[in-house]
Amino acid sequence: MALSKEEILTGLAEIINEVAGIPTSDVQPEKSFTDDLDVDSLSMVEVVVAAEEKFGVRIPDDEVKNLKTVGDAVDYIANATVSA
Amino acid sequence: MVTGLGATTPLGGDVATTWRRLLAGESGVRTLTEEWAADLPVRIGARVAVEPTEVLDRVEARTLDRSQQFALIAARQAWEDAGRPEVDRGRLGVVFASGIGGVTTLLNAYDVLREKGPRRVSPYTVPMLMPNGPAAAVGLDLGAQAGVHTPVSACASGAEAIAYGLEMIRSGRADVAVCGGTEAAIHALPLAAFASMRALSTRNDEPERASRPYDKARDGFVMGEGAGAVVLEEFEYARARGARILGEIAGAGLSSDGYHITAPDPEARGAVRALRSALADADLTPGDIVHINAHATSTPIGDVAEAKGIREVFGSAADGIVVTAPKSSFGHLLGAAGAVEAIATLLAVREKVSPPTLNLENQDDEVDLDIAALEPRPLRDGAALSNSFGFGGHNVVLVIRAH
Repeated sequence: MALSKEEILTGLAEIINEVAGIPTSDVQPEKSFTDDLDVDSLSMVEVVVAAEEKFGVRIPDDEVKNLKTVGDAVDYIANATVSA
Repeated sequence: MVTGLGATTPLGGDVATTWRRLLAGESGVRTLTEEWAADLPVRIGARVAVEPTEVLDRVEARTLDRSQQFALIAARQAWEDAGRPEVDRGRLGVVFASGIGGVTTLLNAYDVLREKGPRRVSPYTVPMLMPNGPAAAVGLDLGAQAGVHTPVSACASGAEAIAYGLEMIRSGRADVAVCGGTEAAIHALPLAAFASMRALSTRNDEPERASRPYDKARDGFVMGEGAGAVVLEEFEYARARGARILGEIAGAGLSSDGYHITAPDPEARGAVRALRSALADADLTPGDIVHINAHATSTPIGDVAEAKGIREVFGSAADGIVVTAPKSSFGHLLGAAGAVEAIATLLAVREKVSPPTLNLENQDDEVDLDIAALEPRPLRDGAALSNSFGFGGHNVVLVIRAH
């Protein structure tokens, strides 16, 4: 049962709010984690681990570096949940 | 020169509240109500009066160990109190001590590792548990670039931090140094460990009467938590910027016992050396001292050893010194003790009043000193000493004057 991209975005926004205090409404697909949302390398690890738990996916370290924007992460999680 | 003070202690979330309640003879010791405390032989402790989460932003606090949270709160207060000195970051240093650093982070992370596996261990675990964590957090907050240091000497750590800061300024490495100590170790393991050493009072049914330095019925110390911070400035620098000067760390004496890993030398030779060295460093004589804020933790042997050392150094001049033991009020703050107690000593000489030593109903005959038992006592004009003696035989004596 795959989640819609909206549901993934909402879930990710909750995680980012918890970890970095960013208002959920600011977490939009085009936003860059490091440049727009001030999520540094350590916080990114937390976001990834929380996302893995929340969405039941695995996001290997060498994939994480390709996730530059929120949209990249949403797409990755969407694809990963489909193939699970 | 001391230009700012900050603290979060079992008696209050700031210096003013802590001092007021200290003078009023209130106790910060309570029963520990957490589930994990129920099975411990020692079920009392002195938690901070104001939880850090009530003061710090949630997102900031979540990646800081409790000891770092206390340190930041105290350091920020001290910085504000000093009027936020405008100092070149390259001339600003931080010396913040802790007996054990982020021990609760370490223990909680171990539980996470065993219950949920390595991937769930937070990436912030290391910066939260490292003993230099509090100093680093304060240094980062202030942008200090002259050096950020963490001396560790158990119960003497907080005092040693102030002594180190004094040295940084005297040697010309910094014009301003934010110094202090922090400890947040109230957790089942540290409590069980101290209890196994028989170092802690087991007066569980009467928490406020358990910490009783110098009293015949004392049976060990009470663990506390918190932080204290002072802003030290080079005299000319403080004067030039029109700083409000509260007082002065006029000198410091440091020594080591070389006697036993935890017990103090019963002949107090190390303490005597530190006391004499402190007086010499401040260019004072025994007759110049009117007040001593003692280390006295409420252990049967420790209190007596220190008292002997004081009598040895001061001789008959000790009769004119009002001694007090603040651990009777807020417990043993471990790495924070030396810093919080230095603050209490400074306020005592500023306001010319010694806070009372609580629970002193029957003074031990081997303690031949004039203690401010149960009531505050007026002080003459003069200088004071603050003593801190740590497990491992570390002795630090600070000489403190009002301004």
